[in-house]
Amino acid sequence: MTTVTKEAAGPAPAAPGAFLSVRDLYVRFGTEDGVVKAVDGLSFDLERGSTLGIVGESGSGKSVTNLAVLGLHDPRHTEIAGEILLDGQELTGAGERTLERLRGNKMAMIFQDPLTALSPYYTVGRQIAEPYRKHTGASRREAHRRAVEMLDKVGIPNPRLRAEDYPHQFSGGMRQRAMIAMALVCNPDLLIADEPTTALDVTVQAQILDLLRDLQQEFGSAIVLITHDLGVVAETADDILVMYAGRAVERGSVREVLREPRHPYTWGLLNSMPSLTSDPDEELTPIPGTPPSLLAPPPGCPFHPRCAHTAEVGGNRCSGERPLLPEGRGAACHLTPEQKRRLRTGGATGLPPERHRTEQPGSRPA
Amino acid sequence: MKDAGGTSRTADTLPAPRDGGHEPSRGEPLLVAEGLTKHFPVMGGFPFRRQVGAVRAVDGIDLSVGVGESFGLVGESGCGKSTTGRLLTRLLEPTAGRITYRGQDITRARRRQLAPIRPEIQMIFQDPYSSLNPRQTVGTIVGGPMEINGIDPPGGRERRVRELLEIVGLNPEHYNRFPHEFSGGQRQRIGVARALGLQPKIIVADEPVSALDVSIQAQVVNLLHRLRREMGIAFLFIAHDLAVVRHFSQRVAVMYLGKIVEVGDRASIYERPRHPYTHALLSAVPRAALWDDDEAEGDGDGARAGAGRRTGTAPGRGRERIRLAGDVPSPVDPPSGCRFRTRCWKAREKCATQEPPLVRIEGNHEGHLTACHFPEEPTTAARGADVILDPALAAAERDRGPSPAAERDRAPGGDG
Repeated sequence: MTTVTKEAAGPAPAAPGAFLSVRDLYVRFGTEDGVVKAVDGLSFDLERGSTLGIVGESGSGKSVTNLAVLGLHDPRHTEIAGEILLDGQELTGAGERTLERLRGNKMAMIFQDPLTALSPYYTVGRQIAEPYRKHTGASRREAHRRAVEMLDKVGIPNPRLRAEDYPHQFSGGMRQRAMIAMALVCNPDLLIADEPTTALDVTVQAQILDLLRDLQQEFGSAIVLITHDLGVVAETADDILVMYAGRAVERGSVREVLREPRHPYTWGLLNSMPSLTSDPDEELTPIPGTPPSLLAPPPGCPFHPRCAHTAEVGGNRCSGERPLLPEGRGAACHLTPEQKRRLRTGGATGLPPERHRTEQPGSRPA
Repeated sequence: MKDAGGTSRTADTLPAPRDGGHEPSRGEPLLVAEGLTKHFPVMGGFPFRRQVGAVRAVDGIDLSVGVGESFGLVGESGCGKSTTGRLLTRLLEPTAGRITYRGQDITRARRRQLAPIRPEIQMIFQDPYSSLNPRQTVGTIVGGPMEINGIDPPGGRERRVRELLEIVGLNPEHYNRFPHEFSGGQRQRIGVARALGLQPKIIVADEPVSALDVSIQAQVVNLLHRLRREMGIAFLFIAHDLAVVRHFSQRVAVMYLGKIVEVGDRASIYERPRHPYTHALLSAVPRAALWDDDEAEGDGDGARAGAGRRTGTAPGRGRERIRLAGDVPSPVDPPSGCRFRTRCWKAREKCATQEPPLVRIEGNHEGHLTACHFPEEPTTAARGADVILDPALAAAERDRGPSPAAERDRAPGGDG
């Protein structure tokens, strides 16, 4: 199992053995209103065969990061800086040719909405076979056989017949299975799944997540799982990266982060999530306010306007100084470990002692 | 409570307990549906289009929401939960069945007859982007329904709107702003303020938080909670998220393909479910609370054996794992007998021929009704073997070797 780069000191060198290594990534979009700092200095590493869950709310930069890995941003409006190393190969600034050879072959993506990600004009079988033909040079017949085999593997009944169907003839869950089949057809080393189950029903979500995990064991791919649902990460990933306003605010193994979260934002996420085990009559503890605009992110710690513990840190440190995320297990927060322990005496239960009231007037429209 | 004719509507400030008069007490049924049915015609044929079938979206359901009660309706997409909400608010005409509001039959009530009742049954919609007119200011949006219904609060409508904005946690200064200036959560609050302006007795909330970010969801759920508690407004809370429903509802009904398969108190449904579908739904909810059921896996190294596989846990520890096969069947041609039988691991002959009635089965608490011939044990604890109906999943787990959990348990009644 992975532990997130214990060896690397400083943001510069990639961890040895890391299959995907993102160092100091910046992604900026030029818009009419100004420059959107979508990703603002992000680093993470991922080993083969393990799963990294990237958690964050909409606009936290989690999807943008992974589109950058795949090289899918429009270069005319996007400024990308930093390093993206896939198996030692630099991807930032790589030519379209290089990326094309990698996409669908060495790295593949599963999108959130399979209906828009699949083409309505071609049969499902053909769409799965196409990347296989392109990357392996297989014959049409061979590729078709491979597509049927993949459909069978992801649990589509009567795969031979269903390969001739068009996406609209598939149900939502089956489309997502077809997407997975398409992503895995070339045996990619890296699979990026962007909210792969958000559009699905819970019972289907459970099937798909388990299936992804089982297929990973078989194929040995590294998976980046992007989601807003900590529950999904808990059930699927090995490591967690929590993102807020384009930055990583906490990282660690699933167990470490969920048992002993160290960033107030992670505390907030866990406390605002209703669960099947918490006291149902207790009010939820939301995070007050709304996520910041990335046109003008708050100075210092981006979470400080919504954080309840800035006074604890004292001075203007939270609004003035940007906290750094240490390599490996850690959180980007100015609170000292003792302060955190005191604020979260709940410890193993994951609940902070103070349940402040947070019906805040939303005075800052986004 | 005003008389049912409701001609004299003077809005007093909402947080105050409303007109102490002959307010029906809590627990009394407020909105009742009996045998409620909605079939949408499916047209086809050439050259003359005629009805060739029907989408049986809601197919004979009974439910009752009490005064000040919050009633949760859960189910997966296509189960008819939203249609039910729209039928109860009379936004859709029912095909059959009866809807009574405070004892008065409103199933076929005409527009004019409905007029005095309409304000009392309000709705909050799922999508905070499309449910607010982008060309109107917040003041117009929230004040509009009051104007239409001729409500003249003391101090004027504008003052009242500002009060409402404050109640839902928005800045009253934003009276003249437009919806696009607000975030999703704030828009949802505007929708809530609009509903509150008419002093509703019941609000039908159709997936009110599912379009919102996690940190914002809790804000809106807490707001609705407060409205129910402090203003005594009843809620029909429609959602697919079982955890949210659990937090908000006192009673819960589980729907599947147009039918209610199980209904009961929150505790009964979540802790002592009997219908296999309810079991499957509960077991499918992803949980962040690893520390609850993870202990058996050994501690310390931070590594999670088998990439989170929780199948080795001893029975009684953790929770059951049920993975259904496939998706929900089409409501155009639902399965005969019990509609869940095509995805159920306990299905037998009887399930295909006889539709199970929604009744209180042995061992259930008062008011807990289940529609199943072969109900499950009333526990959600992990079983000796997981129920894996998905063929691909079962195959993958069988390949992986001697995991006891990969064994498929198709034997009826073989669970503990």
